[in-house]
Amino acid sequence: MPTRVPRIAPSEITPPEVYFSRRALLAGALASGVSALAHASRVPAPGEPLNYTRNEKLSVSEAPNKYEEITTYNNFYEFGTDKEDPSENARSLHTSPWSVSVDGEAEVRGTFTLEDILKGQSLEERIYRFRCVEAWSLVVPWVGFPLSSLVTRFKPTSRAKYVEFTTLYDLHQMPGERVPVLNWPYVEGLRMDEAMHPLTLMVVGLYGRVLPNQDGAPLRLIVPWKYGFKSIKSIVKIRFTDTQPRTAWNVATPHEYGFYANVNPQVDHPRWSQASERRIGAPFLAARRPTLPFNGYAAEVASLYQGMDLRRYF
Amino acid sequence: MNVTQRYRFIYKPLVFAAGLAPLVWLVCGAFGWLGASLGADPVKKLEHECGKTALNFLLLTLAVTPTRNLLGLPQLLRLRRMLGLFAFFYVVVHFTVYLVLDLELNFATLGADIAKRPYITIGFTALLLLIPLAATSTNGMMRRLGRRWTSLHRLVYVIAILGVWHFYWQVKRDVREPLIYAGVLALLLLYRLVRARAAASTRARLTSRSGSATAPERT
Repeated sequence: MPTRVPRIAPSEITPPEVYFSRRALLAGALASGVSALAHASRVPAPGEPLNYTRNEKLSVSEAPNKYEEITTYNNFYEFGTDKEDPSENARSLHTSPWSVSVDGEAEVRGTFTLEDILKGQSLEERIYRFRCVEAWSLVVPWVGFPLSSLVTRFKPTSRAKYVEFTTLYDLHQMPGERVPVLNWPYVEGLRMDEAMHPLTLMVVGLYGRVLPNQDGAPLRLIVPWKYGFKSIKSIVKIRFTDTQPRTAWNVATPHEYGFYANVNPQVDHPRWSQASERRIGAPFLAARRPTLPFNGYAAEVASLYQGMDLRRYF
Repeated sequence: MNVTQRYRFIYKPLVFAAGLAPLVWLVCGAFGWLGASLGADPVKKLEHECGKTALNFLLLTLAVTPTRNLLGLPQLLRLRRMLGLFAFFYVVVHFTVYLVLDLELNFATLGADIAKRPYITIGFTALLLLIPLAATSTNGMMRRLGRRWTSLHRLVYVIAILGVWHFYWQVKRDVREPLIYAGVLALLLLYRLVRARAAASTRARLTSRSGSATAPERT
């Protein structure tokens, strides 16, 4: 069993330059009055506490996984293909400054800093189930805001049928991108109605703190009724399109990973069953549980796919 | 000490200890002893590590013949049985972890997996094929089976191919590691193919020299 003693990862220790720049920032803020500090547009660094409210209504009652589990068991191939690789390698990612470019079928386009993106958004905590296509699952207390409230700011045109997201492509910060396991950069996408659904979340935090790099800092998507690979990490580009985005896993192995990737216990992966899953961190011999249609969110989202053959559009 | 004593009292115990080391490390990880850890998903870690250790021992077993020939160390053959039995042992642990800890003894799922999922079908076949080899690994069985023992134990080539294939097929996307295993296995099998060809042509030459000049050439 993993040790329960909390360990400070080297990535969590504040490097001196950041430490001193904080002092400078603080001094500057004090000089220009305390109100400046209250409205500081600075984005907190990974691990710093966030201001948020808990959204009980959209949270599941299951016990969340431990912070250690959520931050050491990651699929983030940009930092290596083993589950432990991202937590060991992701400190090479620099999340500040960060900008996101917005493009395509929208009236408001351009490049926005992370501060711009977060402006006016009130953060909430939502405890969601997370189901990986590899048949394991977690329960995670994310902190973020609805994607819909970001999308509306860009005023997508009537031609916008899909939203496409792209992860950072930088061989120095993301050494895993040197290995051609996927067609880099990672691309994911949603249909407009999926993007506007109230459950679809833009995430900036975990357990009330700024998202650690290995979990997709500084900005990631969470679509709780879809397999985890849809929930793209470290987003640098948002594009509105009238054609279905060519998503990374779908391009890599189209017969194994569809565009929709809704959690569905009745449609198996060609090489393994999706009927059940193992909950990470659950006791020995009590970890396997049946997988629920749409990962347990069928009441909220099944109507989006009414009349669709979910076997064909897997 | 003569060679037999050296093998009995030094080399074999060393190989035995080395063979148990992966298991000891995994047990430490499972209980968090000595700072070892199996990570956030100990079941998968156990399953994968036992599988890979089994493949390692299988390839080591197949490496004995080339090594003894190339280095001129015929005594190495004395270690082969233990290496092969360790391969079998880790395959059994691998399967037990899968059945007990991963499937949680759900035999319906086990049946469905074996029938429907090709990588599990071939993995399970490899396990079944290993049983007669382990069962006939004793000196008594070797004597009793005589020449047939050698034919039976050629199954190990099929088992090794199935094992590596099983590994390759279950990997989601990054196939670099199974490809390394496949490469090593290919070399080990190629060595035997080349040797067999050379031996066959030598035999053919000897036959044609000692026998009648019209003896058909064997290929």
